[in-house]
Amino acid sequence: MKIVVCVSHVPDTATRVKVGSDGKTIDPAGVTYVINPYDEFAVEEALKTKEKLGSGEVVAVSLGGDSSKETIRKALAMGVDSGVLLKDDNYRDSTGVAKALSEEIKAQEAQLVFMGKQSVDYDNSIVGQLTAELLDYNCVSVVVKLDIDGEKVVAEREVEGGREVVETALPVIITCQKGLNEPRYASLKGIMAAKKKPIDEKAPAEYTPTSEIISMKLPAGKQPGRIIGSDASAVSELVRLLKEEAKVI
Amino acid sequence: MANKILAVLEQREGLIKKSSFESANTAASLAKDLNASIEAVVAGDAINNINDISKYNVQKITHLKNSDLLNYSASGYTECISKFAKDNGFDILILSNTAMGKDLAPRLSVKLEAGCVVDCVKSEVSNNEIIFSRPIYAGKALVEVKLVSEKKVITLRPNVFKAQVNESASAPEVAVNEISSVNLKSRVTSYKKAEGKLDVSEADIIVSGGRGMKGPDNFHLVEKLAEALGAAVGASRAVVDAGWRPHGEQVGQTGKTVSPTLYVACGISGAIQHLAGMSSSKYIVAINKDKDAPIFNVADYGITGDIFEVLPALTEEVKKVKQS
Repeated sequence: MKIVVCVSHVPDTATRVKVGSDGKTIDPAGVTYVINPYDEFAVEEALKTKEKLGSGEVVAVSLGGDSSKETIRKALAMGVDSGVLLKDDNYRDSTGVAKALSEEIKAQEAQLVFMGKQSVDYDNSIVGQLTAELLDYNCVSVVVKLDIDGEKVVAEREVEGGREVVETALPVIITCQKGLNEPRYASLKGIMAAKKKPIDEKAPAEYTPTSEIISMKLPAGKQPGRIIGSDASAVSELVRLLKEEAKVI
Repeated sequence: MANKILAVLEQREGLIKKSSFESANTAASLAKDLNASIEAVVAGDAINNINDISKYNVQKITHLKNSDLLNYSASGYTECISKFAKDNGFDILILSNTAMGKDLAPRLSVKLEAGCVVDCVKSEVSNNEIIFSRPIYAGKALVEVKLVSEKKVITLRPNVFKAQVNESASAPEVAVNEISSVNLKSRVTSYKKAEGKLDVSEADIIVSGGRGMKGPDNFHLVEKLAEALGAAVGASRAVVDAGWRPHGEQVGQTGKTVSPTLYVACGISGAIQHLAGMSSSKYIVAINKDKDAPIFNVADYGITGDIFEVLPALTEEVKKVKQS
């Protein structure tokens, strides 16, 4: 079976975000880009699934500029077999990303697709569901536990105050949440092997944008507050302020 | 032609959620600004509080009814709600950005060939267009965005848009639309409730612990304060990655983004990715020995003391004040 894992090249979560000169996107100066943290769970689950099946092929697909190859290499170093870069240097909205991914998944004839539950840049968390609907695949989002037995898929997804157990079938897209697994580290051997694995470069499918970013700005900064004290004797004043000034207890 | 807005509501165990009423209420005020009509729809089996919708300024609601719609089914809900929206010419669908809303909205948008914008925290009508603000990078930045597609699907962040409740509203017009068969290609077979715990994503008060707690065995101090305040327990990424606390409690960029009324940070230094997830809380209290910790830059009230002395004293003081 062929498994596709979609990976995204994003600013590290320690990034201090600055607005770029276009006023619409992040200033990339000094920003370290990494594989989207949730996509690491997706890569791990794809590799685990292949190992369990005893055969198959895992293909990492990324949409983005040339630098996205670094993230594909990271997936290859973890054990993914080959990569595809859908090369596009421009911003795409979620509909555009889903359109490109769905065409590539179709071309790969993959019945099983993993991706992170959201990328930590635009935080949309909708690409998996959009892609699945375009392909008429099933999709379970925000998955923390997964069991695939033949065609049958049982997944647990995180919802408010608990988990939903979802039953569905292949073909399916699973969007992965922290807790699903422990992503493996790339071994030195894996990193060396990754350099020799193929990355195919393609033009992504065309699309018509459905949304437009008007501006990007930083939230109004919070004024630092008061230090009430330096030991346990300060708690009565703190509780008084919470009750009388903030009125929150 | 005037827009037709549809508020898509969510029910659990036959009760429409508060966050759904809130988003319907926001949808109603957008309808006013756009000179559009507004109706609501809910999929489910028996629903007990359906009449409450008129208190939120929506006068007509359709109940898509079948016993197989009791629990969420991505395929079933998508099919019957998108069909209802299409058949009745709705061009703007509004949902709450809950686990279900986030899952369902993009699916509906594909069926309706609509654009989709999620997790909005502000909406404004200008020149007959809706401009949305939504946080990106877990709240480190905000974008203003508009949908340029003809049809639109939108989700609104819960607890941000305050509802104006009209208690004296007369009963709404309720249409029951029996669905003959539900597409169950994908369905929820059971719900596992996290035992006796409040979820950080829904809590009004959160008490979070970080590495300053020095070990998983000391978290009972955080739990006790949370219990006294009626709060949920949260955690920093460091302690989740160390295995001290479950990932469901993690607040921050790779955990949950929260904006409770009160956030108490205990032994949390305030890494950028943590601040991104909680700095929009209304009031923030920080307790940390290190007076230079970045958490104090966002805190309203701080105590620069030993967490193991301050926490128990604070718990006792809260209990005392709550009892009086």
